[in-house]
Amino acid sequence: MALLDRGARSIFLWELVKGLSLTFSYMFKPRATVNYPYEKGPLGPRFRGEHALRRYANGEERCIACKLCEAICPAQAITIEAEPRDDGSRRTTRYDIDMTKCIYCGFCQEACPVDAIVEGPNFEFATETREELFYDKDKLLANGERWEYEISRNIAADAPYR
Amino acid sequence: MPTLTIDGIQVTVEPGTTVLQACELAGKEIPRFCYHERLTIAGNCRMCLVEQEKAPKPIASCAMPAADNMVIKTDTPLVKKAREGVMEFLLINHPLDCPICDQGGECDLQDQSMGYGKGASRYDENKRAVNDKYMGPLVATTMTRCIHCTRCVRFAQEVAGVPELGAIGRGEDMQITTYLEQAMTSELSGNVIDLCPVGALTSKPYAFTARSWELRKTETIDAMDAVGANIRVDVRGREVMRVLPRVNEDVNEEWLSDKSRFAYDGLRARRLDRPYVRKAGKLQEATWPEAFAAVAGAFKGLQGSQIAAIAGDLACAESMTALKDLMEKLGSPNLDCRQDGAKIDASTRAGYIFNSGIAGIEEADAILIVGSNPRREAALINARIRKRSLTGKVKIALIGNEQPVLTYKYDYLGAGAATLKDIAEGRHAFAEVLKTAQKPVLILGQGALARADGAAVLALAKQAADGLGLVKDGWNGFNMLHTAAARVGGLDLGFVPGQGGKDVTGILAAAQSGEIKAVYLLGADEIDMSKLGSAFVIYQGSHGDAGAKRADVILPGAAYVEKDATWVNTEGRVQLGRRAAAPPGDAREDWSIIRALSEPLGHKLPYDNLGMLRRRMLQLAPHFAAVDKLTPAAWGAFGTAGTVTDAPFVSAVADFYLTNPIARASATMAECSAIARGITQPKTGTHD
Repeated sequence: MALLDRGARSIFLWELVKGLSLTFSYMFKPRATVNYPYEKGPLGPRFRGEHALRRYANGEERCIACKLCEAICPAQAITIEAEPRDDGSRRTTRYDIDMTKCIYCGFCQEACPVDAIVEGPNFEFATETREELFYDKDKLLANGERWEYEISRNIAADAPYR
Repeated sequence: MPTLTIDGIQVTVEPGTTVLQACELAGKEIPRFCYHERLTIAGNCRMCLVEQEKAPKPIASCAMPAADNMVIKTDTPLVKKAREGVMEFLLINHPLDCPICDQGGECDLQDQSMGYGKGASRYDENKRAVNDKYMGPLVATTMTRCIHCTRCVRFAQEVAGVPELGAIGRGEDMQITTYLEQAMTSELSGNVIDLCPVGALTSKPYAFTARSWELRKTETIDAMDAVGANIRVDVRGREVMRVLPRVNEDVNEEWLSDKSRFAYDGLRARRLDRPYVRKAGKLQEATWPEAFAAVAGAFKGLQGSQIAAIAGDLACAESMTALKDLMEKLGSPNLDCRQDGAKIDASTRAGYIFNSGIAGIEEADAILIVGSNPRREAALINARIRKRSLTGKVKIALIGNEQPVLTYKYDYLGAGAATLKDIAEGRHAFAEVLKTAQKPVLILGQGALARADGAAVLALAKQAADGLGLVKDGWNGFNMLHTAAARVGGLDLGFVPGQGGKDVTGILAAAQSGEIKAVYLLGADEIDMSKLGSAFVIYQGSHGDAGAKRADVILPGAAYVEKDATWVNTEGRVQLGRRAAAPPGDAREDWSIIRALSEPLGHKLPYDNLGMLRRRMLQLAPHFAAVDKLTPAAWGAFGTAGTVTDAPFVSAVADFYLTNPIARASATMAECSAIARGITQPKTGTHD
């Protein structure tokens, strides 16, 4: 009996039919993939992507050179130098992040008392050379300007939980 | 001797001890802001509250004398609540600007609010804001942060002796101010920065440049004056970011003079970072072998007596040992470490050190200062004299050309050697004071010795010391006050003219006449370079000062924080300095330069490392083995009796802030000097 059963299955290509029916059943189900880069998945407000240095609404940079991010950085990717600005306020003269060292832990963002250094939603910053990943203050401030809308929205969304 | 119980621990303390000190003896930590062991007790911060049994409320332990049978508790809920309450009050008006405060990370208020505070604020009202005060180019103020502990006021009043700080207003409106918005006229003003428990007074040159946690700390010795203050040098990368005092009760207690503390920016400016050789009248960059070849070429065919060496004020004992040995091998007896021409007799050690020790001043009951302005020459020793004078148990007198403000009362006796002679021969009234004193002290400054009749003045001082009983059993009150960190070390090692050798005056005269053809300056900048004539000058040092300008070959050396080296302070205390930063560029540690140079000169020195060199130093002066200790020196004969002139004694230091090449390269020191001299520079458009 078992021999008959096995013979029938192999003659009528039952395994193939079974496999193809599973395949074709997916034609009637919703898609799981996205058409990257034209389509992107959703990101949470706590997503830790590329760094940015933010400014206040009046254009003043937020960073006050307290160096807490530099101190907490477990990868020691941040380098800061500071001195009094002409108006006597404490400002950085240098704010470098070595993105090749960074492990995207987000500690810098958590340490920052003024929400100046943040990890924004951008994750598409791959470069062709290593040197391009040594971010300086200008690059970080430019990031901040470009992503300010998303960053501030993320911070507002996460505010109740901080 | 009161015996009290602290948290169940019985301690017996000296009468007059406070409860706070007793608690410390029992190993209990009491938080405090206003209390400082070297200042008077103010009792105004209330942070040190503890519970005393049978007392109706907590007591301020810093102001409460320990009494017999007291029962003190420091860990009860009452004490915890009291501390939390005081902390909350202190934080009412303290801005939460720790991230931009230079004190952040080393702040007493931060630490103690973490340790004893409530952890959260209940205060929603407006905070007080206070205008910042101008306190000169060294102290930056953010008076909103002030918690009115009045440590700075008490320091200025008591230790520095310049009552220029004070508090005006009361309660919440209290403000610490300099009254006139002037710089503090003290050489010790930087200490208020250390004393301030919060960030109200911070260092202006250091402002915002570094954080305490990113600095590499090296404990070393200061070389700005002959006190040999113990310092901690904080370095980031290879740059010295600040200099702080270390506690050494025998030398600097925990104070530091402004020059020692703030001249560090001179370590970055005007540095000699590569060898130079003068070609066709111009100094040109060279490599080490080229520079050594130039020296060897110049020395070729010269006899020993045609070569001379002068050691400067910052030279370390190691480099002087190496240079002395090199000169010996070259056959030159012409070497001197007294570049100011002071007629110090190097044969008797007791004749050129501060025999009583700096701490010994606190026992002295009569002090005669001769030819010195200790405030300018050794600000920390002056602070000791002031400390002693505050006890009222000492009579102080001064002989010199001027009557400087020394921050304590003294009798002005006269201007010159004639008065000293009167005293030495017992004719003067003050001679009687010295004679009857238990522990009399004579402080002999370099101003009295750096003159043609210096040896005779020294002999007079010796005569006074012998005749008036300055030297007795267990006490030697003959104290020479040096101004150069290198001086005692040089004299100890015998960096003085050998048999038939010339001293500084002789070397300069011989160089001018052409008799001496090559002069080796080991950081010597204080001599008259125009007198070097046409001699071939080798300058080894760290800064492009007078010596480098005149030099034919420049060998770049290390500054005092950039080498492992030994200094001997004016007391004769041997202290080891440690390398905090690397010398810039091609510059090298000084002894190794001389060792390297000795090979091209054909007289290879027999040491290859610091240990071997230090063994050689021990041969020259065995007391170099007693590091950090005072080695008593035997009293003996020194000085050459002779006639003295009527010329008044002039202090060896005219400008406290600009005594050496490092200080002269420092912008901070230049600013302080200008303010001290009453010059306010016209501000240009780039000033605020």
